Amino acid sequence: MFSFIFRRLLQIIVVLWVIITATFFMIRFVPGGPFTAEKAVTPEILRNLEAHYGLNKPLWQQYTDYMGSLILRGDLGPSFKYASRTVNEIIADKLPVSIELGALSLGVALVVGLILGVIAAVKRNTVFDYLASSVAMMGICVPTFVLGPLLVLFFAIQLRWFNASGWYTPADRVLPALTLGLVYAAYVARLTRGGMLEVLNQDYIRTARAKGASEIRVIFRHGLRGGLLPVVSFLGPAIAGILTGSFVIETIFQIPGLGREFVQSAFNRDYTLVLGTVILYATLIVTLNLIVDIVQVWLNPKLKFE
Amino acid sequence: MAVSLSPTNLPSAGITPDQLEQGSSLWRDAWHRLAKNKLALFGGITLVVLGFACVFGPMFSSYSYEQIDLALGASAPSAEHWLGTDTLGRDQLVRILVGGRISIGVGLCATLVALTIGVVYGAVSGFFGGKIDALMMRIVDIMYALPFTIFVILLMVFFGRNIVLLFVAIGAVEWLTMARIVRGQILSLKKMEFIEAAHAMGLGKRRIIFRHMIPNVLGPIIVYTTLTIPAVMLLEAFLSFLGLGVQPPLSSWGVLIKDGAEKMEEFWWLLVFPGTIFSLTLFSLNFLGDGLRDALDVRSAKD
Repeated sequence: MFSFIFRRLLQIIVVLWVIITATFFMIRFVPGGPFTAEKAVTPEILRNLEAHYGLNKPLWQQYTDYMGSLILRGDLGPSFKYASRTVNEIIADKLPVSIELGALSLGVALVVGLILGVIAAVKRNTVFDYLASSVAMMGICVPTFVLGPLLVLFFAIQLRWFNASGWYTPADRVLPALTLGLVYAAYVARLTRGGMLEVLNQDYIRTARAKGASEIRVIFRHGLRGGLLPVVSFLGPAIAGILTGSFVIETIFQIPGLGREFVQSAFNRDYTLVLGTVILYATLIVTLNLIVDIVQVWLNPKLKFE
Repeated sequence: MAVSLSPTNLPSAGITPDQLEQGSSLWRDAWHRLAKNKLALFGGITLVVLGFACVFGPMFSSYSYEQIDLALGASAPSAEHWLGTDTLGRDQLVRILVGGRISIGVGLCATLVALTIGVVYGAVSGFFGGKIDALMMRIVDIMYALPFTIFVILLMVFFGRNIVLLFVAIGAVEWLTMARIVRGQILSLKKMEFIEAAHAMGLGKRRIIFRHMIPNVLGPIIVYTTLTIPAVMLLEAFLSFLGLGVQPPLSSWGVLIKDGAEKMEEFWWLLVFPGTIFSLTLFSLNFLGDGLRDALDVRSAKD
């Protein structure tokens, strides 16, 4: 197991290096710089600005400088757009909001998805099953950027239960987390149903019933464990999806998180902020994927660390 | 001995009359199974109707797509404008149909890109096997874990938002599952006798891949193509919603939904109709794909 984790960590480092390098050079080869959007600056000021941010050095030196301070101090450099703020400060400021949104959405996805999936599997081919499956299918086919505005239209504008946007009170969390979570709840429900149906037909379930285990115990102790396996392997893609999905959700609900900041910084050509955010997202996603892989093997005795 | 050497008798001609007959009955079986699946049928019919409406509908409307009527402004659905008008007084039904052309077009083109990359990559990986396969699949595994949407966003922002780049970028992201499926199929095909026979006859690798293997993995490819289209359309609409996809004066369903979401407080129909049509399309494609999977009895290696 430790050699597995070690090898994966090495691989993660290589992958991150490739991503950082590719992004670094990609954004420097594009036409237009961070200061071209401003009202015409004189060449002199432009030179000073470039000197200030080290943009006048040769490209390879900018690259080694950047990598050096990143590796040694975890320093992502100053923002080009927000004078006097560093990328690290901006991330520290915005990331907690996005993490809260992501965690709540994942919670919605798991709770709603597992409940619907278990009901559908246990009450197979009844009205409950069809109802749960249809709800799940709706979740898959109605994208977040349609569902979100619709929920706002109905619950915030018509019924006035919630605010249409903002991130102040606990009630402000409800609609964004539901919007982002329901799509993944749909997938979780589908996977849980499939996984549980497969398990519920197996011999050891009959054995458990024969032993006189209660139905509740059979379902939750034995059945759900099998139903959870496909869900766990889906967590990797789900986390990546929730992270990128938050770009749209934060835009719709005007949430001051990192997702909205990322899209803004890309429009602003704020190189360092874009690069810093990409590095952060990539690190988060590959690390969480590693954790998911470990949990998966740990849950399923049939799998081995390879 | 009078062995005729007409092309149909040559083993290397690929499909013999025998196989052809068997093939057609396989497809007929699948068709019967599909026809019994009501949801899949509903999806298929909806798609055909929507497709025709988008392509030909605007020609029969008395309104044009750009025809502005500022005096009218945004009006609710009525007898003259079935789905209402937008804030510039443009007929929304026509706008949705014309937007559909772009959404469906981008969806199909991007899927074609994904299909080509995925099939070639998967076929090569599965066919060569061994170390090459291990390396190529490792790359796919790693790429699965990467935040690709972010790179598509960067590409669109930095390299101008043109529509060709849009579908190439989307296609370059969505080929991974297809590669896995094709590779799995090829691996199991490789052990079949008729492939061994082809090898024994000394056919070239390229010929075996393209003439003998790819025709036999057509079923799974059709199924996953149907399921890739909604994924691709979703990504296009996602980008357009962020303002990074299709640009004015062109318009797609994603753009219409974005505009609608901005104005929904006063003019609900600007959000509800494009949203419904888009969801209905995704719904139909997904059900048709699921139905095809059952009809062609395709099980994925990793799903």
